[in-house]
Amino acid sequence: MKPSLSRRDFLKTGSALVISFSLAPELAFGQAKPAALPGSLGNNRMLDSWLRVDADGSVTLFTGKIELGQGIGTALIQIAADELDVDLKRIRIVHGDTALTPNEGQTAGSQSVENSGTAVRFACAEARDILVNAAAAKLGVAASALSVSDGTCTAGGKSIAYWDLAADANLKREASAKIKPKPASEHKWVGKNVLRRDIPKKMTGGAAYVQDVRLPGMVFGRVVRPPSPGAQLVSFDEAAVKRMPGVIAVVRDGDFLGVAAEREEQAIRARELLKKSAQWKESASLPPSGDALFEHLMTKAKSVDSVVSEKTSATAAAPAKTLNATYTRPFQVHGSIGPSCAVAQWREGKLTVWTHSQGVFPLRGDLAKVFATDPANVRCIHAEGAGCYGHNGADDVALDAALVARATGGRPVKLQWMRDDEFQWEPYGSAMAMKLSGGLDAQGNVVNWTHEVWSHPHNNRPGAPDGVNLLASWHLEKPSKAPTPADPPLPTGGGERNSIPLYDFPNQKVVKHFLPEMTMRTSALRTLGGYSNVFALESFIDELALAAGADPVEFRIRHLKDPRAKAVIEAAAQRAGWQPNAKGDGSHGRGVAFSKYKNLACYVAVVADVEIDRASGKVRVTRAVAAVDAGQIVNPDGVVNQIEGGIIQSASWTLLEAVRYDRTRVTTRSWADYPIIHFGDVPQVEVVLLDRPEERFLGVGEGSQGPAAAAIANAIAHATGKRLRALPFAPERVKQALA
Amino acid sequence: MADFTLRVNGTTRKVSSVAPDTPLLYVLRNDLELNGPKFGCGLAQCGACTVLIDGKSARSCSVPVSAAAKGAITTLEGLGTIDKLHPLQRAFIEEQACQCGYCSNGMIMAAKALLASNPRPSEQQIKQALNDHLCRCASHNRIVRAVQRAAKEMA
Repeated sequence: MKPSLSRRDFLKTGSALVISFSLAPELAFGQAKPAALPGSLGNNRMLDSWLRVDADGSVTLFTGKIELGQGIGTALIQIAADELDVDLKRIRIVHGDTALTPNEGQTAGSQSVENSGTAVRFACAEARDILVNAAAAKLGVAASALSVSDGTCTAGGKSIAYWDLAADANLKREASAKIKPKPASEHKWVGKNVLRRDIPKKMTGGAAYVQDVRLPGMVFGRVVRPPSPGAQLVSFDEAAVKRMPGVIAVVRDGDFLGVAAEREEQAIRARELLKKSAQWKESASLPPSGDALFEHLMTKAKSVDSVVSEKTSATAAAPAKTLNATYTRPFQVHGSIGPSCAVAQWREGKLTVWTHSQGVFPLRGDLAKVFATDPANVRCIHAEGAGCYGHNGADDVALDAALVARATGGRPVKLQWMRDDEFQWEPYGSAMAMKLSGGLDAQGNVVNWTHEVWSHPHNNRPGAPDGVNLLASWHLEKPSKAPTPADPPLPTGGGERNSIPLYDFPNQKVVKHFLPEMTMRTSALRTLGGYSNVFALESFIDELALAAGADPVEFRIRHLKDPRAKAVIEAAAQRAGWQPNAKGDGSHGRGVAFSKYKNLACYVAVVADVEIDRASGKVRVTRAVAAVDAGQIVNPDGVVNQIEGGIIQSASWTLLEAVRYDRTRVTTRSWADYPIIHFGDVPQVEVVLLDRPEERFLGVGEGSQGPAAAAIANAIAHATGKRLRALPFAPERVKQALA
Repeated sequence: MADFTLRVNGTTRKVSSVAPDTPLLYVLRNDLELNGPKFGCGLAQCGACTVLIDGKSARSCSVPVSAAAKGAITTLEGLGTIDKLHPLQRAFIEEQACQCGYCSNGMIMAAKALLASNPRPSEQQIKQALNDHLCRCASHNRIVRAVQRAAKEMA
């Protein structure tokens, strides 16, 4: 992978309709707030920050959202091709580059199609209108008389193409969003299975990842992390390491230790020797494990409490029967197959970083703070990494590479974490506890419901206003301040995500216990709190259904008003061949669960079948059926791929995964300490799509994990009569429960 | 430090001044600029670095270059190119058998070794052959379908 051009060079490469990059117009002091624009157009208001049309017959899209294997690039191209009336092959796309693309913050929360897709749709619809009007003026015909095919505008035997209108059409203007995008019936590409653009190079050894970036004079870096959080570096044998073959620099700044060498294996060996010789002062800073962890979180940890939702009814009956249950989820990792990696280069006080960060602009801001420089002196260019599933080490490694690159005399440094760096230092998905209580009236209807959730923060990403969220910055001689821990606010929420039931209960109270003092470093892992809250909520609904003597599908439908919610549950049950009131046989069972992700994105219902080996306690999910309503679907196979992957990944989280640690150190260091699902245990997955082409896009990347977990828990209870409430359902725990 | 002559993808490649115990992976990626094999764990646990040595699947993160020099090495690049895809590569594209694709190299190379010894594997046999290859995006079922599709095409 060769370095990309600067925007200026980039714009020189063709005679473009857009002659310079425009940022949103500065708002004059006292001026009224600008009109709301749809999606990410709101914060990136110029048309030419989204697309340009070149004289060579190509169209380039610019998006702040990055490709992380979810297929967003291809989906955006489909949307643009439809609005512009050009063929897919003419369109290329530039993702996340602080010198080239709009700032769309983080690529997270399953919002790329919603935010970037909506912006691209409106920007391209408006660009088409501008281009067609320019063509009409040029040809002396009415714009309404023109038909457009692959960028060529034709009327009455005369025609002109978009690419011949460079002097006549100006996209350097603020979007109005007044041009209505096409109705679904006129879409040629949206709604079709278009093969993803990023896949062929990945299957043939093309340069596809940040790991494949190679620059002239590049050297290799490795970082030597402390053995435990909070450990202080007392001494190390710098001279011995400097004598090793190929070693160029040993970088020590406070408790940060890194090395650069001519060859990668030399950097790795130097890291090993540094690890061996380094003396650290450690402290027992980690929380207790097992049940004691949750007791700590629920009773001892400092808690900021808030009522998330409260509803009371004067007319509802008093409960005839009340149930209480507490569910838990341990710390879990992102576990990217490729450890985090970055390439950094300093030239004349300016830093360029190739990174798989999910947010190149926030990363740039944090790097600028660490190096006390203007953000204009830092350029972050996205290059894909291995799938991240949230905030992994991507941002942290960018700072590591930049720190080591300060010592290599301008030579670029490629620095990749080793496997144990990733396991021990990536931010984890928070351990959580969910305490639920529910009351049934004499007819077996839920009349009151409470859900309390205890969680550390889920959003400690770069870009916070009051500090730096980069690991190494806290280890430096002059450490940066870690920002005040934060969760995204409602309606999406962090720890409380999906804690408000979509069911219609007359009395309901949801309380969030936010635990800002992290016992482990935590941040965004796919779904944030959604996975755990849906696991708890949808497990508890089944417990109540059982207590009411009701069928789990009927019980859910009975308590729902939203027709789209009912529709996915019914569709999943139908495809799975749900038998109302069927009984498990001790080893085989079936469960259902549902959620509307974030209570505002896609609707997903999952029916899971499990098979339990009672002797070993091993649970296998044999089949999972999902029904999905994601509003209008851009790329159906892309949606199916996300849902399948989400269900299988969730099965892995749910059945196997927990970070191991003692009071001082994280002891999870390799895949041997952190088993994940293997081919032999992967369920068959079937996905039913309920396409609603006239509805808005709803993101799907995180829609299936919560329902999958609860469906598995419900299936185990259905099979065995034992309710498991503590994740993961690892063999030892299941065996014990069944004993 | 020593010089080695490697047989990679049907051609002879010389690498100089490399420690004999250097894992093959770094020589392939950095000296020969091959992107197929990936660093995943360095412990032969995940399979991202898989290559074929004399047709057998090998974890290049754990094979010293001095040992690898004795055999014929095939990497993902040796199977086919974008213009002339190997049936396995074509099948992985047609089945959209990845999300991030970081593990795909190992999946394709292990499948290549499998199909060489068992041209018509059952679903179970495919899963067994790939069982020690980790995929975190959870594209497992698509990967199995892609191998079945390629087997059919190659039959």
